[in-house]
Amino acid sequence: MESIVVAEGLHKSFGDVRALRGLDLNVRRGTVCGVLGPNGAGKTTAVRVLATLAAPDAGHASVAGHDVVREAAEVRARIGLAGQYAAVDEKLTGRGNLRMFGRLSHLPRREAHRRADELLDRFGLADAADRRVAGYSGGMRRRLDLIASLVRRPEVLFLDEPTTGLDPRSRGEIWQAVRELVADGTTVLLTTQYLDEADRLADDVAVVDHGRVIATGTPDELKATVGDRLDVVVEDPADLPRAAAVLTGLAGAEPAVSGGDRVSVALPGGLRLAGVVRELDRAGVAAADVRLRRPTLDEVFLRLTGRTEPVA
Amino acid sequence: MIRLRWALADGVTLVGREFARLRHDPGEIVAALLFPAVMVVLFGYVFGSAIGVPGGGDYREYLMPGLFAMVTFSSVTGVMTRTAADASRGVMDRFRSMPMARSAVPFGQTGADLLIGLPMLAVMVVAGLLAGWRPHLGPVATAQAFLLMVVLRYALSWVGVYAGLAVRDDRVADALVPLSLPVTMVSNAFVPTGGMPGWLRFLADWNPVSALTAATRELFGNPGVPAGDLAWPLAHPVAAVLLWSAALLAVSVPLALRALSL
Repeated sequence: MESIVVAEGLHKSFGDVRALRGLDLNVRRGTVCGVLGPNGAGKTTAVRVLATLAAPDAGHASVAGHDVVREAAEVRARIGLAGQYAAVDEKLTGRGNLRMFGRLSHLPRREAHRRADELLDRFGLADAADRRVAGYSGGMRRRLDLIASLVRRPEVLFLDEPTTGLDPRSRGEIWQAVRELVADGTTVLLTTQYLDEADRLADDVAVVDHGRVIATGTPDELKATVGDRLDVVVEDPADLPRAAAVLTGLAGAEPAVSGGDRVSVALPGGLRLAGVVRELDRAGVAAADVRLRRPTLDEVFLRLTGRTEPVA
Repeated sequence: MIRLRWALADGVTLVGREFARLRHDPGEIVAALLFPAVMVVLFGYVFGSAIGVPGGGDYREYLMPGLFAMVTFSSVTGVMTRTAADASRGVMDRFRSMPMARSAVPFGQTGADLLIGLPMLAVMVVAGLLAGWRPHLGPVATAQAFLLMVVLRYALSWVGVYAGLAVRDDRVADALVPLSLPVTMVSNAFVPTGGMPGWLRFLADWNPVSALTAATRELFGNPGVPAGDLAWPLAHPVAAVLLWSAALLAVSVPLALRALSL
């Protein structure tokens, strides 16, 4: 499928801080690309470069076929940007903000007004449209910020941590809005530190750490690189060492013990649950629960970044 | 040509934005309009009761050009805080990611400031007239005096744009606002500079506030026009104001536009 966002070897430093160190990225048209990474990994800098807000020190990038440095104006005419900080004017009403951004996007006055009304209706802000943004809740502000980037129907929408700090319900509303946009054909590049967000929304995930992409793939492909996990809960904690020995034999790796009654290990492919149960039985371990499960993106992420603590 | 037209249209949209903000904030309008009147009472009647004018004359006649200069200088802090708020809240980034002319942002800010400054100046004039101040040298000289204020105000508003982009943080900008007070006070706006210690007098004589105050005193025919051995800006105040305006624009316009394009 055609790439609509392409970045090759992007470097960007701020003084001594090397925010991007050779970042490559490919986003297919009409998909959601989740850029995943811990704080300080370079996600925001990457978005700023792609959205023409910062020029790369080296490397190049294009959006919708236009170079972000040499053809910045063409890029700006085709993108929308919404961020973790609600970039709307707090002293204006919601409607006033959208009309202003519409005019600044060079829509004719009547069209700017019509588009503002349409977006407010569609994203559930019609009732609050004539109140000042200063009185909005965090979720409403973020939604207004999101739709402010839609006034001109962008081909590519950059969302920089769109749900950071939001309550679960507001996050769900933002997710719903993103899904609707993608259904309309918009391409979305979304940075997030929430792995479940990437899991639910993204067709492709790029894991970023220390300024470069260290893994890409669909969420399922990434999970497959870690392999399924086997969790065994024993009835009697005294059985734990024997259960661990069984798992070591099966998986060829030392299992992790947790909670005093649970051992867990990453399994190589091809192992069947029935075989596991049989082996435990033979060793005389009374298992309360044995289950195979897909790894979460958290586990993939922790393994890829070598971090021991979850990011979110 | 098309680019220029869009830059102007975008500038007008952003001027409209400042007025829409004010319309939703009547308290700010009242405060902005009350400020000049309070200044006339405070300086004209409280301090004025104890200050003598060099060469004689009414203190409030002496004072008004100084207060006009003070209002003129309020444009630096006003524009700086508005620009810094946009920069720190991401609004500036949104503007910069849009297909609008980047120069429209400072042109909108400075244009709006000019329009906001006029009613403030008008209130100050009315307050001055009520307090007994009069321009004495006819409509042409009076118009020239106000024109000088407008020119310098516009140049100063560009300084405000650059300052706002440089601090990038509205809390820092708010904290800097009180510092504008010594800048307007270390001048001939409220007291003659003759009695200040040498180093302070040097700063006061070369302060653009002093040049504007001296120029408008001369053009209004108000007392306190300095005489004798003077620093150059005070001996040629009208030229000094124009040179200050040109110099401030020459420095701050490129700096502000560069900060916006980075």
